[in-house]
Amino acid sequence: MSASKKLIEVKNLTLQFKTDEGLITAVNNVSFSIEPGKVLGLVGESGSGKSVTAKSLMKLNPSNAVYSDDTKIALHLEDDSVDIMQLRGSKQLQIARGGAISMIFQEPMASFAPAISIGDQMVEQLLIHTDYDKQKAKKHSIEMLDRVGISDPDKRFKQFAFELSGGMRQRAMIAMALSTKPKLLIADEPTTALDVTIQLQVIDLMKDLVKEFGMGILFITHDLGVIAQTADDIAVMYLGKLIEKGTVREVLRNPSHPYTQGLIDALPKLDDLDVPLKAIPGDIPSPLERPSGCVFHTRCHADLGEQCHQKTPEFTSLKADHQVACHLASNAEASS
Amino acid sequence: MSEKKASETPLIVTKDLSVHYRLRNNKLFGPPPVVRAVEGVNIEIAPGSFFGLVGESGSGKTTLGRALLRAAPISNGEITYNDGEVEYDIAHLDKVDLKEYRKRAQLIFQDPYAALSPRMTVRDIIAEPLEVMGITSSREETDARVREIATKCRLNLEHLRRFPHAFSGGQRQRISIARALVSAPKFVVADESVAALDVSIQADVLNLLKEIQQEMGLAFLFISHDLSVVAHVCDHVAVMYLGRLVETAPTRELFDNPRHPYTRALLSAIPSIDPDDRGKAQKLEGEIPSPTNPPPGCKFNTRCPYAVDICKQEEPKLDQSDDHAVACHRWQELMPS
Repeated sequence: MSASKKLIEVKNLTLQFKTDEGLITAVNNVSFSIEPGKVLGLVGESGSGKSVTAKSLMKLNPSNAVYSDDTKIALHLEDDSVDIMQLRGSKQLQIARGGAISMIFQEPMASFAPAISIGDQMVEQLLIHTDYDKQKAKKHSIEMLDRVGISDPDKRFKQFAFELSGGMRQRAMIAMALSTKPKLLIADEPTTALDVTIQLQVIDLMKDLVKEFGMGILFITHDLGVIAQTADDIAVMYLGKLIEKGTVREVLRNPSHPYTQGLIDALPKLDDLDVPLKAIPGDIPSPLERPSGCVFHTRCHADLGEQCHQKTPEFTSLKADHQVACHLASNAEASS
Repeated sequence: MSEKKASETPLIVTKDLSVHYRLRNNKLFGPPPVVRAVEGVNIEIAPGSFFGLVGESGSGKTTLGRALLRAAPISNGEITYNDGEVEYDIAHLDKVDLKEYRKRAQLIFQDPYAALSPRMTVRDIIAEPLEVMGITSSREETDARVREIATKCRLNLEHLRRFPHAFSGGQRQRISIARALVSAPKFVVADESVAALDVSIQADVLNLLKEIQQEMGLAFLFISHDLSVVAHVCDHVAVMYLGRLVETAPTRELFDNPRHPYTRALLSAIPSIDPDDRGKAQKLEGEIPSPTNPPPGCKFNTRCPYAVDICKQEEPKLDQSDDHAVACHRWQELMPS
């Protein structure tokens, strides 16, 4: 595999929902790509559109979702490329839903069917996505449960989701998502519902599995600490727009967008307890009242006035591995 | 950070406090299983302080908070409440005193979306405790109290006529706070009150709690699984594991010199924002055991990397020789010199 080969390329993803109150823009012109074996962390607060973005990769959004015409999502597999937007019907969509792309959700209790055993659910999806027979699917499922560190996998295979603890359930979820050997794993807040000690176990497990399976991961979270410990690249999202992206080290060390800076400042830090907590003023605006120009200008401490209120900032490259969509950066570049 | 004066009488003192729940018997013979949610806990909360309670889910922190409010059955031990005006033995309150205690002790819930009735206006939500407890006698008086507390909680007075669905998570949590504080309590239990909020909003609510605490001179029991939040707002911290208190100390002391291996593991597991810290965290294997079937000896021995024979046989007592108490057989030899 050459280093520059992309696994998935998302271009100009724009998505609106038809509602009684009119069209609501959930994602606006988002572009990113993930290479095999790499982890992209997508960070944002609730309502930023990160989950909607992830679901778009599987076309899982509800039927009132309207994608713009220039939205392009290309999944590059070894032998051919799939244009996700062109997939129609559940048969064609299988490749994006559990075939080449799998997803882990935030709440493992809600993602398993409560009245079907864990094992039956794992076998069912293998029968759909692979050519395994029942026997082989069962054997493979138990192996996967063992691989993610579940003790007594034979016994757990027969149990139901409510019989497992939160951490155990999330491991079973990971085992299930990976048993079809997907090329891309979407993890939507996989550790948010877990205690820090269990979160650490799950993060370590995911890192090991990335190495072993060589897949790409889209890791969605609101927790910058989790991103710092897992991702290679980071993309920061606010109100449906990407506002900063680059390598994790570069973006977290030199955050350039006032929003990214604000998020980092708002985190309580353990190494200096005297620093007062700094909140970003105001609330995230309702998607019905999207601000014009730069979507962040209503809460931005560096608001430049007219320019920010009217003109949408484009991405400016600060370095080869760091881009920011902010007028401050584009003005600085223009004047130098 | 407020200094605790030695002469000050604590607001809340618990002595060997236990909360046990008897489960339904699903076996034919033998006694029904008992969940020991809180076991032999001794804490002291100073008036006007911010007392943090941390631990994983299942450690009993919520149950302890509820017991202090007399909202969980107290199986054993004592709770004394003394705010200078009244003194109560919480485990044995009669109806009249319990009603009075409800005015003085309040709870802020975790989920601001579930805690507010969607059919009541913000004004009615905040006013309800005043009316139910009979604190105010006229509508004018109620309205004045509501306005006063709403201003303190930085709510827009124009918004009082609206319904909760019109508000964001941060605003809703400020409404919940206003509702809890409108009866002018002396003691408030804040159970994971910022856990459901986004980071940028969380800091704002924490700052508000801190401000109000100083202004109104009330004491908070701040229950949280997030140690970095606790580190920033609390004066004193207690760490719980499987219903037991394993360590308690003034915040700075606890974070600078954690003594219990569990506290150290918890601290180490907080994901650092520095990508260069990868792999440095101390990983704790396994999960918190079931409280129906706790291990013998030190409850942490099944996950403790330093456990030796004595840890599996004898439960360590809370060593309270200084204001940094710890329950561990080996803490002294394990401290880095």
